[in-house]
Amino acid sequence: MNVRAQSAIVGAAETTRIGVVPDMSALEMHAESARLALADAGMTMADVDGVAAAGLSPIAVAHYLGITPTYIDATTVGGCSFLLHVRHAAAAISAGLCEVVLITHGESGRSRVGMPPRVADPTSPQGQFEAPYGTLGPPTMFPMGVLRYMKETGLTHEQLASVAVAQRKWAANVPRAMFREPLSVEDVLASRLIAYPMHLLECCLVTDGGGALVVTSAERARAMPGPNPPVYVLGTGEAAETPLVSQMEDFTTSKAFRLSSAAAFAEAGIEPSDVDHLMVYDAFAHLPIYGLEDLGFVGRGEAGAFIAEGHTSPGGSLPMNTNGGGLSYTHTGMYGMFLVQESIRQLRREASAQVPDVEISLAQGVGGMFMAAGTLILGTAAAAGV
Amino acid sequence: MAISDDHQHKPAPKPTPETEHYWEGTKLGELRIQRCHACCQAYFYPRPSCPHCSSTDVSWERVSGHARLHTYLISHRPAPGFADEVPYAIAVVELDEGPRMMTNLVGVDNTPEALVLDMALEVAFEPRGDQHVPVFRPRSET
Repeated sequence: MNVRAQSAIVGAAETTRIGVVPDMSALEMHAESARLALADAGMTMADVDGVAAAGLSPIAVAHYLGITPTYIDATTVGGCSFLLHVRHAAAAISAGLCEVVLITHGESGRSRVGMPPRVADPTSPQGQFEAPYGTLGPPTMFPMGVLRYMKETGLTHEQLASVAVAQRKWAANVPRAMFREPLSVEDVLASRLIAYPMHLLECCLVTDGGGALVVTSAERARAMPGPNPPVYVLGTGEAAETPLVSQMEDFTTSKAFRLSSAAAFAEAGIEPSDVDHLMVYDAFAHLPIYGLEDLGFVGRGEAGAFIAEGHTSPGGSLPMNTNGGGLSYTHTGMYGMFLVQESIRQLRREASAQVPDVEISLAQGVGGMFMAAGTLILGTAAAAGV
Repeated sequence: MAISDDHQHKPAPKPTPETEHYWEGTKLGELRIQRCHACCQAYFYPRPSCPHCSSTDVSWERVSGHARLHTYLISHRPAPGFADEVPYAIAVVELDEGPRMMTNLVGVDNTPEALVLDMALEVAFEPRGDQHVPVFRPRSET
């Protein structure tokens, strides 16, 4: 079933504050962004019949907001969950299961207010076959393949560091970004090692914040226009590889990135060269490198040089992570919501670091440590041909 | 690299019925993995059906314990029980029989200079709680 341009994102908002927000619980961050996104859509809670959330239960979010949903999506596969929620909402709306889906994110990643406790299960595959070796969160797992990638492709430490430099250039123009001061490759390589070969400035921020989206049918978006131009869902994809980073099929490429993006490109009927603006989930500096190659924007082993040469920086041919990314903007834990928010801002011409003439934006999310992936190809009415 | 005696504080695996045979082996100094008789492929981590072809016609075998260093990183922040060892490597090795597994590296400095990808390794065992986990040390190829 191809549901290209049959649904649209008509409301989008982040929490008023992001970064360090110790006076808000995770649940209230879901709720505040939901209220703002519905206002952005010109809708009220009464219009919503579907709710999707990750981190907290969509039922908890719905009840808190006074919504009684008849479509529920609790897909929780890490930071890309919200991209999957949009995909599922587009399919469900096209199938007539629901009409208006509210997708929420809220995470007190830094202040840990109202967050479920972290639990380690020593009987799980991770607990038996990874945790005994001293893993300590994503920095000790996610970059596991980087040295292998370097050996096979010749990627240099300087090129890896240039990812953080390129994104800081974007963040300089984004008032809401946590870090905005200019950064050099030398600065990145001089920052302390977290997990060799990754330095502090090659690892994402840990912040508080939230965001929400309102998805409805393209038909309703036309019949009952809101205050903002609809952003059409042109193509979507999702895929999973492995919950254990040690069991990746090939440490130099993400199978889930390849599969989810291929599905999205096929549905949208476009090629990478048609994409005007790109968001690639950057929990660590190597992710945009894998993303550029796995999505087909550059050839094998070319991404490091491509970024280092400035092609993804302001003024470059492929503007990427224009909010500054997880490395400079914000990273609550499940950062994927913020990828979609920036794609929407660029398509509506309201981004802080606005790229001219964005008609098609692609957001590539990751979940876990290359465990899962979600892809959204979003476009303006002109790109959708409606 | 000095290996801490503080093994009791490192995270210990807790076997399930499906993995008990593996952990019984490590206590005896044996590395055991499973092989599928339908597609002939060896696989890891332990489970009763083959991830390559879904067959349940699988059996355990003791493997050589020979491996190569496939990839690694060096953590500069200690996980519980690893305070005396930072920085320490968390590695993925590829067994000669094919499967890969996460491990620690012993008998070698845990530095980028000493740890060369594809270097030859052999299995050893270290206590974690009341279990023993496979770790790997350099192996002379002469």
